[in-house]
Amino acid sequence: MKLSMFHLMPYQDLPEDFEKQHRSAWVDLPNENFNPELGRQYYSDYLDELEHADTLGFDGVCVNEHHSNAYGLMPSPNIMAATLARNTKNVALIVLGNSLSLYQPPIRVAEEMAMMDIMSGGRLVAGFPVGTSMDTTFSYGQVPAQLRERHTEAHDLIIKAWTERKPFIFNGKYNKLRYVNIWPRPLQQPHPPVWVPGSGSLETWDWVLDRNYVYCYLSYFGYQRGNRVLQGFWERAAERGVDDNPHRLGFLQLVCVSETDESAQEEYEDHVKYFYQKMLRIYAPFAESPGYRSIHSIRESLRPQLGQETMKAAADLNWKDFVDQGHIIAGSPATVRDKMEEAIKLLRVGHLMVLLHIGTMPKELTMKNMELFSKEVMPGLNNIYEEYDDPWWPQRVVEQTAATAAD
Amino acid sequence: MVAAAGGRTDRCHGGRLDMVEYRHVTVPVRGDKFSVQMVEGGSGESLIFLHGEDGLTEWTPFLDRLAQHFHVYAPAHPGQGGSQGLQHLDDLWDLVIFYEELMQSLGLDRVHVIGQSYGGMLAAELAAHRPEKVSRLVLINPLGLWLSDTPIPDFFIFTLEDRAKALWFDPECDAAKTVFAQPTDPEEKMELDLSRTETLTAVGKFIWPIPDKGLTKRIHRVTMPTLLLWGDSNPLLPIKYAEAFQILLPNSSLKVIEKAGHLAQDERPEEAVEAILPFLKS
Repeated sequence: MKLSMFHLMPYQDLPEDFEKQHRSAWVDLPNENFNPELGRQYYSDYLDELEHADTLGFDGVCVNEHHSNAYGLMPSPNIMAATLARNTKNVALIVLGNSLSLYQPPIRVAEEMAMMDIMSGGRLVAGFPVGTSMDTTFSYGQVPAQLRERHTEAHDLIIKAWTERKPFIFNGKYNKLRYVNIWPRPLQQPHPPVWVPGSGSLETWDWVLDRNYVYCYLSYFGYQRGNRVLQGFWERAAERGVDDNPHRLGFLQLVCVSETDESAQEEYEDHVKYFYQKMLRIYAPFAESPGYRSIHSIRESLRPQLGQETMKAAADLNWKDFVDQGHIIAGSPATVRDKMEEAIKLLRVGHLMVLLHIGTMPKELTMKNMELFSKEVMPGLNNIYEEYDDPWWPQRVVEQTAATAAD
Repeated sequence: MVAAAGGRTDRCHGGRLDMVEYRHVTVPVRGDKFSVQMVEGGSGESLIFLHGEDGLTEWTPFLDRLAQHFHVYAPAHPGQGGSQGLQHLDDLWDLVIFYEELMQSLGLDRVHVIGQSYGGMLAAELAAHRPEKVSRLVLINPLGLWLSDTPIPDFFIFTLEDRAKALWFDPECDAAKTVFAQPTDPEEKMELDLSRTETLTAVGKFIWPIPDKGLTKRIHRVTMPTLLLWGDSNPLLPIKYAEAFQILLPNSSLKVIEKAGHLAQDERPEEAVEAILPFLKS
């Protein structure tokens, strides 16, 4: 299995009374709250951290796309991945990803991802999220009822643009292009592996399963709650006659490692609280625009993770709750390793993404978390599911890792 | 919201219910592509009522009063209140043509059209598209214009409280209480929420995120006599919008209904019909 480091690149300097002053950290939080000088330092620290993940032996690094928010300062993850392509050597660059319906025409995504794939020597994982309701329908004004259709059309266009070797005409409903002929084209053949992040909607599961892609469940409510959703994913896979290779699934988990369980609380508690209380504060109507999910999906699936109630519930939790309920996996290396193993097996997840920078964590603490995780938690975990192929991992990374091991 | 088929309706104040017999009908349009749920009743000249983004397709006291003088057709828009076929419509142009075809399906050549809010915008678009088919037009707090110094609030994110404030002069009036009655049964509550989501999804398909689809470019074709009805207590669509419509519609008159919000025809059905009747009958 693969263990990758995820970074959200949050804004760390929201005022103490932010919750009293503002209804949301997304969509309509005025950017007068953003200090560009601090932003410059954050970007520098965050990129140092991701680059360090490469030297520590993580399998991959993950960046993603969000707009108009304090939660994640990457409206363009491609810019981050481009610099990481130059400053890392071994890790897979997991761009999770580009919200396809926001790019018109979406060949822009095909082009930029081809550039990143070439610049990184074929290390790109192409993430194709629909995007959150906040990002797509509010900040970028997309029509909720058309979002998924646009996403599907953009996907079809991108895959064709990556695989056709002659200029072609694309006469879609949303995209009319007389000459599709991207230069450059990707290094990986036929194209980089495709991962699709989602928040538990049936539509996305079916879409991913039908196309043989990886489904990534990005939850902040831990593996125990995540399991309730992901059991549904595996059931759906079985219903559609798809095998149960654990690498079909990606999962995000918040992790805090320290010398002891007690010191973990001392070191990380405030940062974790900042994340749950401030970063996940989303005005409920922003979290689900009408039409963002089908009525069928709302009926069938669990309440969305970003719903007001879940959010409120998480905002009121203390350290013990976060740990006991599995929102975060925290403690000594031994504690973390045991729980990680439990999570990996419970969820049947072959691509685990760990969030090792949380909320307001300073660089030194993040580096410590990464060091402890890579040296004392990862060994032993990477062998789980080694009996399964992973066709959803960049092939060059596999070859490179094998070559390094042979040296 | 959809009323139980044929049942007695008592959700608004204003008394005098069930004066006119009405029925729920399903109307096919364009073969089997669309099926439209509609309440229909009364006799006289034909009148189509296009409901707003609050999705009301019941037989209301307002419709009941109109039906004492007209043959009233009140269809639910595609994707709302059980009307099927939204997937065949991509934009406002498609929707306007759909309404022209609905008139054909009903065998109506020329009608009065009344529309409220989103329905008012559609009524104006239909009248601009086929002016010869609309004899007289009534726009009740219509959407369709956009004044950048007075932006229309984002009703797509309205909470129940926000809606109450925008839709009614008196959120405690009987009509308001009935429209916003929250079921105690969680299942019923969920169904109500889902129905609301469905309505806003269908409305959003055509006017998300800003209800301005270029009516100003077409409104000069709306030459038939037009009555603008405005609630005097309407934070969603202040009276400035009525003035803007008046400038663009030289053949229009404005009637302000006192102590009424955005759903003026439901809050003040007597006053609304009193204003409409002489206009349509003249």
